[in-house]
Amino acid sequence: MKYITLTFSLNGNKISLKTHGNRRLLDVLRDDFGLTGTKEGCGIGECGVCTVILDGKAVNACLILAGQLEGSEVVTIEYLARDGKLTELQQAFLENGAVQCGFCTPGMLMSATALLNEVPFPSEIQIKEAIAGNLCRCTGYKQIIDAIQKTAIRLKK
Amino acid sequence: MPKKSFNIIGKPVIREDGYEKVTGSSPFADDINFPGQLYGVMIRLPLAHAEIKKIDYSAIRGNKLIKAICDTSDIPGSRKIGVVRWDQPVFCSEKIVTPGDVVAMLLGESEQELHTLKTRIKFSARKLPVLTDPSQALASTAPLIHPELKSNLIVHHPLRKGNVEKGFANSDFILEQTYTTSAVEHAYLETETVVARLFPGRRGIHIIGSIQNPFTTRRLVAAVLDWPLTKVQVEQATLGGSFGGKDDLMNILAARAAIGALKTAKPVKIRYHREESILESYKRHPYRMHYKVGYNKDGRIIAMKIDILADGGAYASMSPFVTWRTVVQATGPYDIEHVWTDVRAVYTNNPYTGAMRGFGSPQPIFAQESLMDEIAVRLNISPPEIRRINALRSGSVTATSQKLKEHDVNLIPVLQEALKKSSFIKKWQKNLKDNPVQDWIDLSHTKTGILHPDQFRERKEVYRKGIGLALSLRGCSLGAEGIDAAAAYLSVQPDGSVYLMCGLAENGQGLRTTFSLIVAEVLGIDPDQIYYLDYQTRSIPDSGPTVASRSTLMGGGAVKNAAEQVRERLENQLRKYWRIPKNTQFHFRKNKIRARGSKPLKISFSDLCQLAYSQGINLAALGWYPGPQVHWDEATGQGPAYFTYVYGCQVAEITLNMTTGEVYLDRVTAVHDPGKVINLLGAQGQVYGGVTQGAGYGLWEQINAMEGQIMELNFDQYLIPTSKDIGEIIPVFLEGRDKYGPWGAKSLGEPTLELTAPAIANAIRNASGQRFFNLPLNLEELILRRKLRPEDLTRGSER
Repeated sequence: MKYITLTFSLNGNKISLKTHGNRRLLDVLRDDFGLTGTKEGCGIGECGVCTVILDGKAVNACLILAGQLEGSEVVTIEYLARDGKLTELQQAFLENGAVQCGFCTPGMLMSATALLNEVPFPSEIQIKEAIAGNLCRCTGYKQIIDAIQKTAIRLKK
Repeated sequence: MPKKSFNIIGKPVIREDGYEKVTGSSPFADDINFPGQLYGVMIRLPLAHAEIKKIDYSAIRGNKLIKAICDTSDIPGSRKIGVVRWDQPVFCSEKIVTPGDVVAMLLGESEQELHTLKTRIKFSARKLPVLTDPSQALASTAPLIHPELKSNLIVHHPLRKGNVEKGFANSDFILEQTYTTSAVEHAYLETETVVARLFPGRRGIHIIGSIQNPFTTRRLVAAVLDWPLTKVQVEQATLGGSFGGKDDLMNILAARAAIGALKTAKPVKIRYHREESILESYKRHPYRMHYKVGYNKDGRIIAMKIDILADGGAYASMSPFVTWRTVVQATGPYDIEHVWTDVRAVYTNNPYTGAMRGFGSPQPIFAQESLMDEIAVRLNISPPEIRRINALRSGSVTATSQKLKEHDVNLIPVLQEALKKSSFIKKWQKNLKDNPVQDWIDLSHTKTGILHPDQFRERKEVYRKGIGLALSLRGCSLGAEGIDAAAAYLSVQPDGSVYLMCGLAENGQGLRTTFSLIVAEVLGIDPDQIYYLDYQTRSIPDSGPTVASRSTLMGGGAVKNAAEQVRERLENQLRKYWRIPKNTQFHFRKNKIRARGSKPLKISFSDLCQLAYSQGINLAALGWYPGPQVHWDEATGQGPAYFTYVYGCQVAEITLNMTTGEVYLDRVTAVHDPGKVINLLGAQGQVYGGVTQGAGYGLWEQINAMEGQIMELNFDQYLIPTSKDIGEIIPVFLEGRDKYGPWGAKSLGEPTLELTAPAIANAIRNASGQRFFNLPLNLEELILRRKLRPEDLTRGSER
């Protein structure tokens, strides 16, 4: 397999990466950049623990190939608190008890961040829809939905 | 005794490990790597039951990508392990007894290449008859899964109380029904991962992984290596969910990784992808439950005869203990004079079954709470009324002849609270009036399963409302299963900051936070001052496993004991320092200590720690909390099984689609008496999560095995609830008093799960007038009244 050279933006940094085009974005993030906040749960795009934001949309990093990254903008969980300070959404996750084991949390936060970027004041149905591809076995979703709703209200003020 | 007012206990508090979890910086097992690390890839045979003749590696032997091949011949110590009975080979060498079985492991630097190479391995094996039906397991013609054990019976728990035949003779009515449940998967989002590496020289081995019970892992790895316990250091990585599921399999994976590390002198990592995880991990037991109940016109249940068969699958695992909880709780929270129960678990070639949240209670509660409603229907009384007539109260005697005392027996109170909060009676009666029972569409007799034109209904007739409830008591902690004690280590630093560790491991539920709050309460400090130490088996005494909803009760007790030891030393120091009488009492609050009395004496917590430190006072303590003695007579199933109990009642409200059989869960009101709530936020999280898992169990989740081979190997086919599947959940806590546990705090994790499925089943009864006997209550169960179990491995358009 031939190497290709990709230029893309990762968490605000310009990246030039020489790699095989058939590698999964998930492996590129975890193995090449040590961005282990993005997790693997199913490898088939069902569970959403590998969710990252690609050009403004929440996507499953296990279903994106390196070859698709040229010229794109990738944002991962590590970007949210890049200056050490939690975002309103991260803080709301903690205050509302939206975190238990924490394995789905990064993906959940990325789906919710993408939603709030696009829809400033989402309805409960829109929130449920936005995280329907993010499975959580611990929380029963209620506190996650609350956290997203409360963040929307806080950001509106 | 309960305190009058608390500084922090009972309030909503943010998780101690929250910052790391929301920033993605918590180290889960697969985030941990060591230089020179090899990967271990498992070799399996595509068979359920076979005698292994030969594994032929000739096609891959000498390949540079393979650093080593490990099999049973590499094991210096015990070649079989298990949490109760040692019947599970680390590597199979004689027989395959279920498709998850592993015969060998390839080691190499590239996991991907190993997965490709393993397909070239050839084998020869003699196929044996496959036993998949547990009801055939004890027949004389059944193939023996483990011939050396001479029987497929894993365990038989009898319970005999009173004279059941006399009880039936004295009953006005007899009702007999059979209920079944399915195997289900834990579906923790993080799959199994472990790394093993040798310490330099002869210092032993370091194992770090997604391990639920590090001390169990240590005990079994030490046995496999034939090493002393001290040389096996097991550390828990941040755990991505467990629900009882990261026990047996993690022990065996740790043992395999350790064998690999020993053979190659390199760190070895094993990580499962989802398909492998579902294939090899154990499930919740499928049960077949036959109940015969004798009751009188006045609603009083006189006698109950119960026969339960659990499919243990290929290995014993936790079956002996899971079914023991079943035999204790099979009659539910009711006062019944004559009881005769038999619970058996048997071996089959199905995927093995073991511990899963609920642990032998979700199954019988489904049967017994469905039965209660069936009796109520026959007597024309309401579901709450039949329960009130038979409920256990303070001083009542359980099926095991244990008198309930020394704690608030809050069964009736949780029922009353749930009725009130959900307006149960009003809704239940309205639904009965609105829902004609005779027009349920039953397609079980049609060949096609297609509606006849005159069976179509008007849109307004499609949806029906239903409401149902379920009630339980649950024994706390391990009970007569085993030794029950826990330890905690606390070390206060000269500046007033605190190290804390407990011998129970965090599974994600938040016990580190709970324990921090207990220390903060006793010492009157802020939880932020507590630095919770990561869990290592070499730093703390064995405290048993994080199971049985025992952590807050047992671990919390140990943590409180450690904090109180240190507080007492600080108080003694203060009495000397201030020269005040020996009986002076103190307030520890908001980082200040005040002496009670006339003089306004006050010192900050950090100054006091500095003072004590300078006087050579020991500010470290090892806390200990031993559970009280319980005992049990195996032959009769009689004795005080658990030292205390918790009580719960859930009400489910549903909408039923009368045409498709689809059930929408509108609302669950969950009233629980967990004893004292320590962290309100964490407690509510347990309810939301438990109810959601319980709804999945009730409505959708099912592991189907065809010739032992699981059909649902990933989340495209194994469906767990999503954000869109669950309606409103209302947690209500009714805090009963208890002399055990920190300030009477007991158990919550499992009670929240065990009630949801039966409450839904009873709500469906209210909506449709029909009783359904088999979980999950999915479309085919409701409309076709049968499970679409696989007849071959192809599906849908593949056929």
